[in-house]
Amino acid sequence: MTDFLLYALLAGLGVALVAGPLGCFVVWRRMAYFGDTLAHSALLGVSLGVLLDINLNITIIAIPLTMAIGLVFLEQRGFLALDTLLGILSHSALAAGLVVISLLPDVRVDLLSLLFGDLLAVTKSDLWMIYTVAAAVMALLGLLWKQLINITVDPELAAVEGTNVTMVSTALMLITALVIALAMKVVGVLLITALLIIPAATARRISHTPEHMAIAASLIAMLTVVMGLAMSWNLDTPAGPSVVISASFLFCLSLTYRRQLS
Amino acid sequence: MSKLLLKLESINKNFAGRPVIENVSLSLQQGEITTLIGPNGAGKSTLAKIILGLIKPDSGSRVASSAVRIGYMPQKVTIDPTLPISTVRFLQLANVSQQACHDALESMSISHLATTPIQNLSGGEHQRVLLARAILRKPNLLVLDEPVQGVDVKGQNALYKMINGLATSLNCAVLMVSHDLHLVMSATDHVICLNRHICCQGHPEQITQDPAFIDIFGQTTAVYSHHHDHDHNLHGEVLDETIHSHGADCHHD
Repeated sequence: MTDFLLYALLAGLGVALVAGPLGCFVVWRRMAYFGDTLAHSALLGVSLGVLLDINLNITIIAIPLTMAIGLVFLEQRGFLALDTLLGILSHSALAAGLVVISLLPDVRVDLLSLLFGDLLAVTKSDLWMIYTVAAAVMALLGLLWKQLINITVDPELAAVEGTNVTMVSTALMLITALVIALAMKVVGVLLITALLIIPAATARRISHTPEHMAIAASLIAMLTVVMGLAMSWNLDTPAGPSVVISASFLFCLSLTYRRQLS
Repeated sequence: MSKLLLKLESINKNFAGRPVIENVSLSLQQGEITTLIGPNGAGKSTLAKIILGLIKPDSGSRVASSAVRIGYMPQKVTIDPTLPISTVRFLQLANVSQQACHDALESMSISHLATTPIQNLSGGEHQRVLLARAILRKPNLLVLDEPVQGVDVKGQNALYKMINGLATSLNCAVLMVSHDLHLVMSATDHVICLNRHICCQGHPEQITQDPAFIDIFGQTTAVYSHHHDHDHNLHGEVLDETIHSHGADCHHD
């Protein structure tokens, strides 16, 4: 096995590990569109980073976070429905990202790899970054797990019982921005939400507790990375979309599983 | 023994420039059941959330005793069907022991629902689970927002009985929200009629003699009747200000 394939596999598995539990929260809290918005603004983060010559790892996380905070602010004004607001921000960010990239003096950005991921170009330093951030995300999720479940079930009940809802939901936003920055490498900005929600939705069909679902989603996401890379290697298809297509395939399989049960 | 647990003074709250709570003061004493009644949009839930500390008032003060432990039963808890969670797990979120959860289920006579996914419960079962969660942390102040919502008449009666029993066994203050102007528990010590401001308040009256009423609701509930000294238009504004004075001189038939 060649080095680049091993790196691709390790990178994919690292991202899949954290995409599982976070994807569950995205599904439970109906944040799919929110994830899209952050992903699209990550593209803007890349183009601004290149334009202003700032470290991309910083802008990829900072711009989505700024977007998330702006979103909370606008939502509290309450003059537009949340999905309309998300639609405006999400597509404005995507468009702005594309425009800024086109304005760059010489093309130093591979647009296709940003949009659809470039798993096969992962380097050793990327791997370090992925596993460091993944470890931080897992630690945060583990630390806040009970409170995260609590505010997902009912934020007011949680608040009355003493949970700091603002702190915990801000932490979840930070975690989401971190995971999206990671997942960008694997599947690109356009398919990040798919990597989050499809394994979680698949896991739902075989789970009876939140923890089972989170673990199952992780394992399913890892399996889809292996399947997607195998497909990419054998059929010479792009890696990111191959991973997502594998996830969709497993989801369809899970539909038949439920039918056999009942 | 009666102990002051929580006190609101001259609370005002606007939403988007529209007043929802106007100059409301009240106090909640240990061992006393207070019922908050009023039409839809009267600000009952908002007032309950101010009492809970979930909403900050624009002006006025909320003073809670340091000894206050609040148990809250929201109107409804909507949990996304994609979240796999059993009834007993839902109770454990209150950060109490497994044993305490089973005891609470037992006291609500719903032990058999422990492993049922919470989304599969009926309206009455759902309300009992919420009540179980509210009492888990042994509160001395119970805030119940429309506790019998979505429950049939027979179930309503059973729930009211349960709440009454809890108030006694926990020796706690109860604040109950209801949109029903006619049906309140006979055991209510204090009724507050709210329509953004406090229209009137006082002790409910025992009117349980009407056979038709007893036939439908049983002995435990009473019609609360009070003389309304003013009328409201559709927007809840007081129609004739001259004959109305808030709270103090309201009287009951």
